[in-house]
Amino acid sequence: MATVHFTQNLRRHVASESSEVPGRTVREALDRLFADNPKLAGYVVDEHGALRHHMNIFVDGEMVRDRQQLSDPIDDGAEIYVMQALSGG
Amino acid sequence: MSDRILVSTRKGLFTFEREGASWALRQRAFVGDNVTLSHVDRRDGRFYAALDHGHFGVKLHRSDDGVEWTEVAVPSYPERPADYGDETHAGEALPWSLKRIWAFANAGDGGGNLWCGTIPGGLFRSRDGGESWSLCEPLWLHPDRKKWMGGGADYPGIHSILVDPRDPRRVLVGVSCGGVWETLDEGASWTVRAEGMRADFMPPELAGDPNTQDPHLVVACPADFDRMWSQHHCGIWRSVDGARSWQEIEKAGPSTFGFAVAVHPKDPECAWFVPAVSDQHRIPVDGELVVTRTRDGGRSFEVLREGLPKEAAYDLVYRHALDIDESGERLVFGSTTGSVWVSENGGDSWQALSHHLPPVYATCFA
Repeated sequence: MATVHFTQNLRRHVASESSEVPGRTVREALDRLFADNPKLAGYVVDEHGALRHHMNIFVDGEMVRDRQQLSDPIDDGAEIYVMQALSGG
Repeated sequence: MSDRILVSTRKGLFTFEREGASWALRQRAFVGDNVTLSHVDRRDGRFYAALDHGHFGVKLHRSDDGVEWTEVAVPSYPERPADYGDETHAGEALPWSLKRIWAFANAGDGGGNLWCGTIPGGLFRSRDGGESWSLCEPLWLHPDRKKWMGGGADYPGIHSILVDPRDPRRVLVGVSCGGVWETLDEGASWTVRAEGMRADFMPPELAGDPNTQDPHLVVACPADFDRMWSQHHCGIWRSVDGARSWQEIEKAGPSTFGFAVAVHPKDPECAWFVPAVSDQHRIPVDGELVVTRTRDGGRSFEVLREGLPKEAAYDLVYRHALDIDESGERLVFGSTTGSVWVSENGGDSWQALSHHLPPVYATCFA
């Protein structure tokens, strides 16, 4: 299981509480969350599933490398942070 | 007359309502958020507000009463086929992804049927009040669409949608930069209609290319739809033949540069503009904010200034920030410095509704 946390700024727009989810990649973990909360997806990824341009995701302190497919692997117990980038917006 | 005005701003949607002889701020929605455009479909009374959250993307909200809002779907682009080359003029791949909602219009077939223009250039149709959208593929996949380019924005976009009230299958769209396009069959086929426009920002041999034109806004008189006006990047143009040809209006008060234009709902000869110095100086001429009005199809213009700031004004009025109601007597416009003015007499005089709203992107009578 991994724990996914979201920037608090999202809570004003959409339910985005921290959650524990299974998954072997960032994509799998997020897809599990988005399945239960489809509205959340549109705030984090674009219509093709790519991470929005001015968003970042960190896995155990490392920024994800694959912003298109979100294929970065995650370990059991990983801490995933979905954050705003300090650019644009 | 319309007694309600929606003002879309950088920090929220503000609704003014007329009470007796004055106007009052009655509703605030999305306070703090970037509301780029709003629309009212009077056929079913529903309101639409487009938001751009920056980090979190473009969203669309709908309301039955202008008070309670619900998020609905946004237009979404298809995946670009791997073998479909599509580059911007800067040589980067054009993102097939929604960047901004830039135009709304009521489509035929009654309430909830909408057209939506977007950046980077997709035209979308909804038949269910924004619950779902479909891309108009014949326009998006038209080979000349690839000639479109950003004007100010990084990517091209559709900012004007004109639906012929006599036959709603006929639709024209204005594109910055990409000219004016017309369909007679509700989007199944398209033809560019910018003959006569001139793009001074292109080399001479390309200045007349219809696909490079930057009409900032295009409007048609509802009562005489084939008579149209465009505030273009390089001046003011008019068409009297349904966009088959365009004629330049070379003189219009202090300047022919600007973004907004409104046409009288019953008199196609009568139109209003809010001039700025030039594309390099997007401020009022000599610091005096004025509106220009023609009543004779552009042969002459009056400069309207009563009630508007006469000095040290640096307001710019964006393309969607000037509106006129169905009477033709009431107009409203808002500026980048957060001022909003209303006229009850066709622009002869103006009263300020506010001087300290956030920057105004759009106004509309509701």
